[in-house]
Amino acid sequence: MGVGVQDAIHAGQKLGGSGLPPITRNTRLPNVTLSERPERSETGVWIGIFAIVMTFAALTSAMIVREGVALDWQHFQLPKILYLDTLILCFSSWTMENALAKLKEGESRFSEGMTWLCITLGLGGIFVVGQVIAWRVLAWQGLFLATNPSSSFFYVFTAAHALHLIGGILGLGYLIYKLNRARSARTTGIRATSLYWHFMDGLWVYLIVLLLARM
Amino acid sequence: MNYSPTQLGSDSMHEVSTHPVAHQHTAPTGFIRKYVFSLDHKVIGKQYYGLALVSVFIGMVLSWLLRIHLAYPDYHIPFLSKLSAAGAPGGVMTPEYYLSLLTMHGTLMVFFVLTNAPFAAFGNYFLPIQIGAEDMAFPRFNMMSFWTTFAAFVVMMASFFVADGPPISGWTAYAPLSAVGRDAGPGLALGQDLWAISIAIFCIASLLGALNFIATTLDLRARGMSLMRMPYSTWAWFVTSVIALLAFAVLLPACVLLILDRVAGTSFFIPAGLVLSDRLQPHSGGSPLLWQHLFWFFGHPEVYIAILPSIGIVATILPVFTRRPLLGPKALIGSMVAIGFLSYMVWGHHMFVSGMNPFSANIFSIPTLIITIPATIMTLLLTASLYGAKMRFDTPALFCLGFISVFISGGISGFYLAQPSLDTYLHATYFVVAHFHFVMAVASLFGVFAGTYFWFPKMFGRMMSESLGRWHFWLTFLGVYCVFMPMHYLGLVGNVRRYSAFVDDYLAPLLPVHRFITIAALLTGAAQLIFLWNLIWSRFRGPVASENPWEATSLEWSTTSPPPFDNFGGKHPVVNHGPNELGVDGPDGTDFLMQTAAPKSS
Repeated sequence: MGVGVQDAIHAGQKLGGSGLPPITRNTRLPNVTLSERPERSETGVWIGIFAIVMTFAALTSAMIVREGVALDWQHFQLPKILYLDTLILCFSSWTMENALAKLKEGESRFSEGMTWLCITLGLGGIFVVGQVIAWRVLAWQGLFLATNPSSSFFYVFTAAHALHLIGGILGLGYLIYKLNRARSARTTGIRATSLYWHFMDGLWVYLIVLLLARM
Repeated sequence: MNYSPTQLGSDSMHEVSTHPVAHQHTAPTGFIRKYVFSLDHKVIGKQYYGLALVSVFIGMVLSWLLRIHLAYPDYHIPFLSKLSAAGAPGGVMTPEYYLSLLTMHGTLMVFFVLTNAPFAAFGNYFLPIQIGAEDMAFPRFNMMSFWTTFAAFVVMMASFFVADGPPISGWTAYAPLSAVGRDAGPGLALGQDLWAISIAIFCIASLLGALNFIATTLDLRARGMSLMRMPYSTWAWFVTSVIALLAFAVLLPACVLLILDRVAGTSFFIPAGLVLSDRLQPHSGGSPLLWQHLFWFFGHPEVYIAILPSIGIVATILPVFTRRPLLGPKALIGSMVAIGFLSYMVWGHHMFVSGMNPFSANIFSIPTLIITIPATIMTLLLTASLYGAKMRFDTPALFCLGFISVFISGGISGFYLAQPSLDTYLHATYFVVAHFHFVMAVASLFGVFAGTYFWFPKMFGRMMSESLGRWHFWLTFLGVYCVFMPMHYLGLVGNVRRYSAFVDDYLAPLLPVHRFITIAALLTGAAQLIFLWNLIWSRFRGPVASENPWEATSLEWSTTSPPPFDNFGGKHPVVNHGPNELGVDGPDGTDFLMQTAAPKSS
């Protein structure tokens, strides 16, 4: 076995990977800050995305069926803060990409990348606070979970998305903690986290369009 | 830099690289981390197996209680009155308590046995080893997924001990019965809450597990282990995990909506104007059919979650005992994938009599008949591979043959039930009970038995007793036919299912048949004690197993029995052959080539 493979094994050990020789796609090469190879965590996130898509597809079909089977569906206006929330989440996808770009550039832009990651984290938090405000606005209007099937689905959809996003926030927080400790971008899970974050963004855009059409 | 497989250590038959490798986590030393909260996929596989074993014995005892009541409705069972004074006053169960126990029998068997044993238990233990990996892709998720399953089990079992017992709504929890609450009947208050919460937890566990299986198969295959070189069992676990990922992702939100209907006053599944126990229910416009659609969209793929791993296990084991490869490996794998795909298009055949539009029934009937094609291809391939084989009749082989038999017996009745006009008559009868017990439950369990006898030496380093194994096989094989075959005839003469007794109506003349079935069920269940004893005895006293006692080809047989913590003792297997190299000229006069054997000289 050549030197390259040995290095790869050491890199795998150092980076917390499996340490396998380049048999699998997981082995990261040394001196590459953000490898172009897919990481195991990225595969995991892709699979998770399929499951989450299925969950929201099931809820969507349930909503369409439920709206059609009875005449009790009441339309209502979505709280305006949701539009602001949408902008915030879209902006957070941009800040996440920005962070990745800085981290890819290497050690010299490391702290800049970290700053953008923290901004992304903060925007995610603001989004969740915005959702809570939207729920309070509806409650103030007398629209609760059980008031009408439309409000039931509104709360179910937004809460399900918020729960998934909180998962993303926790993941991003853990990533920032890991990066901060290692003081290096050679940490696994960066691309997986950003992939999940963008998916949460895309999912929210789908949901806001769906809710606008149905509520 | 490119490496050919032969460059990495071709000095022995079991060709492995000799370089040290980093395990994702170091071997634990403390009892808790080693045996309880373990990250090792092998320990987690055994934990799943243990949980399935406990569940199957509870489920079996429940079926005994149900069968005794059906055959001897006045028979007193003192233990029952202790379990529920209201449900079984004086030790004789009420019709409602019969339904409670029926619900728990179905739920435990489908979720905690048929999902856990062939898929989660064996898959966890052997999938990583069969592809040459050291562990699962996400060991922490793996541990979480077992302990989440365990939590679901505890919550489910808690329903036995709440005021009015487990729910009476069946393992399918049809709304509005399951959604309304206390007014609908016994067990539908806290008992049904616990059921829904338990199943929601189970969904989360299964999603974590499925994610892990898929990522492991995609990312951690050893060098040379192309997809087409994976053993059939690995293929089956992989396809099953894809099915499970998408199916449980639908059942989870369905359970959440059910819980909200029950506790938050929403109206997803409860229609308007429903009066129960003289009370108008405060709900409007919900659709009970919506629950059935969501449930069966999960429920039918669940059937394949139960059976596909067993098909894979049998397809892996059978050639080892026929000493020649199966016919049509690509057709077999293609059929598994086709079944996985088609399993999502047939859920409506569970709803032919639900009040669904009859035209929909005809539409669902077509893919239901189409899905029998890949199932038939697999069965024919397994059967035709026996032709001219010099069979070794060890216990795993007997259970493989038994699997083929019961799968065909149960599958044939499926052809009839797939047609709405026939299903309308047969749906609520014992014909369906016979069908799904044969094709899903017994067939799947025969796969688990075959897997247990086959892999026990690898898991525990000792052989199981052959003579006890044969007794177990023959008693079980004859027993299940005595139990389930007469149910077809009961169904054909109109014996409805889900009733607790048939003494006072037109079905009373069928009581002798029910008594025969009950006695057969008691004896078949008792035969399982032989299996339990064999497990315990062999674990401590069985003959020590060699590395490859069955002369099989897949990677788990190229490591020690049991495998070391990192599966291959710090080495990486390099795969040079597919798993079907049986009946060939092997090294040292053998008739097989391990997957790790040196490549044939050209």
